[in-house]
Amino acid sequence: MKQISVFLENKPGSLHAVLAKLKEWSVNLRALSLADTADFGVLRFIVEKPEQLVERLRKENFTATLTEILVVGVEDRPGGLAHIVEILTSHDISIEYLYAFVSPQGQKAYVVMRVEDVQAASEILREAKASLLDEITI
Amino acid sequence: MIATFWDENYELMPRQNLEKIQLNRLKKVLTRAYYNLPYYRQKIDQAGIDINDVQSLNDLRHLPFTTKQDLRNVYPFGAIAEPLKNIVRIHSSSGSTGRATVVGYTRNDIEIWSQLLARTLAGCGVTEQDTIQIAFGYGLFTGGLGVHYGAEKLGATVVPMSSGNTLRQIQILKDFQITVLCCTPSYALYLSEAAKENQIDWSQTAFRLGIFGAEPWSEEMRVEIEKKLPIQAFDIYGLSEVIGPGVAFECEFHQGLHISEDCFIPEIIDIQSGKPLPPGKSGELVFTTLTKEGTPLIRYRTGDISSLNYEECQCGRTIVRMERVTSRTDDMLIIRGVNVYPSQIESIILSFDGIEPYYQILISKENFLDKIEVEVEVSSEMFSDEIKVLETLRKNIEEKIKAELNLACSIKLIKPKSIIRSESKAKRVIDLRKKEGSL
Repeated sequence: MKQISVFLENKPGSLHAVLAKLKEWSVNLRALSLADTADFGVLRFIVEKPEQLVERLRKENFTATLTEILVVGVEDRPGGLAHIVEILTSHDISIEYLYAFVSPQGQKAYVVMRVEDVQAASEILREAKASLLDEITI
Repeated sequence: MIATFWDENYELMPRQNLEKIQLNRLKKVLTRAYYNLPYYRQKIDQAGIDINDVQSLNDLRHLPFTTKQDLRNVYPFGAIAEPLKNIVRIHSSSGSTGRATVVGYTRNDIEIWSQLLARTLAGCGVTEQDTIQIAFGYGLFTGGLGVHYGAEKLGATVVPMSSGNTLRQIQILKDFQITVLCCTPSYALYLSEAAKENQIDWSQTAFRLGIFGAEPWSEEMRVEIEKKLPIQAFDIYGLSEVIGPGVAFECEFHQGLHISEDCFIPEIIDIQSGKPLPPGKSGELVFTTLTKEGTPLIRYRTGDISSLNYEECQCGRTIVRMERVTSRTDDMLIIRGVNVYPSQIESIILSFDGIEPYYQILISKENFLDKIEVEVEVSSEMFSDEIKVLETLRKNIEEKIKAELNLACSIKLIKPKSIIRSESKAKRVIDLRKKEGSL
């Protein structure tokens, strides 16, 4: 699956500039995370049809890019996430970052993960019978 | 090799012969300056010099300099050595760094100037087969009209666009099958971005040559421009006080700019002491005009930093070459005691992959210490979703600047197009220290 990342300058209004555009285009965010450093931030989010949206954002002079990520369903119980991470760790796959969201019905939690080799990681997870999401529909 | 000499006689002249002509002309122009320019006569008299004592080119070094301030002091017509009835054209510098300077041209000056520009354009490879779009400003600025007359003299087809109106420029470039574009290097970049946004397919155009001048630019900038446009980029040099464009030009070897020495004597001097420096040494460029009637200048300090190379060029020209000007004496920054030119920072920034050729240097004071921050645009192509990649890029640029310039600065990554695009001369340095100091 693909996630959109947008570069944010560290100054007031830069987050709002992106969100205002998404609102104008009636884009619904399924999941999002905001990472920041002292100097800049990266806004990451998941939407339907990210390819089209990233083009539109670039036309509006945002620095935006598509990144291949994994979305894994996690059982909503203690140790659910630990189980997934354990599988990856045992195969020497390290996670660059992750963030989570809950399905609209609230039955299942999902984690969005960025790993170096998405292909390898998804094969391992499938073998371990983890539930991987291929697309998001609302 | 493409032989593109407009004036073989002067461009390939043995130095001995050239120096004879120079000395002859120098004596004449000195007499003219002494008798017709009260401001210069005063300088000569104060220095206790008899102009008849100037008997060799070497004696030039004893004559007083002319500065931009001298010309400003005699605004508007005090630097014009002829009655206005003999002056057919007046140009004036922008006055962006102070009061304007005014120069006058006699009919003869205009003729020689046109010849010099024809020589310049021919040296860059322009022929009568070319269609040249002149996007330098027309008006008091010498760029537009200067190149215009030269291009007509050469016999090229001239499209006098003047500056601005970028979409129209691109339209004409395409529709008229323009082969040569003449403008500032920063405008060439601006135009390339606008063309990209409008999905211009360069293979459908005849565009092949870019002739750029009127602001300092680095070799790295040339590489960027040649990457973004389907052209070979040439640097030309000139300044309105000395004549306008047409003082020096690059040939196809791009190994410095050939100075038309039959019309101008160049010197390189030490910025502080004013003493002449030997060939190869870098310092302030000084010109004496040899043919100008309207506004003759003796030892005019240009404020541009360069060096001279008297070796014969691969192209066969014997006239001296000046190193391309990438900085000026007045844009030298002193940051915590370290001398830095913006062009040095530019070279480092552009040596990193994926960095756009737009940047801005901000200098301020923090706790009484100079603080320098360089804003660099992050393009979508280079943008990585991973923070550590961006952080590494930022640190690598900072470290390279520290290592090469001994300057601690902070790099700030900013969004593309946040730096204002310039349609004429780019403003790359914002020095906030001066304002604070004057309060």
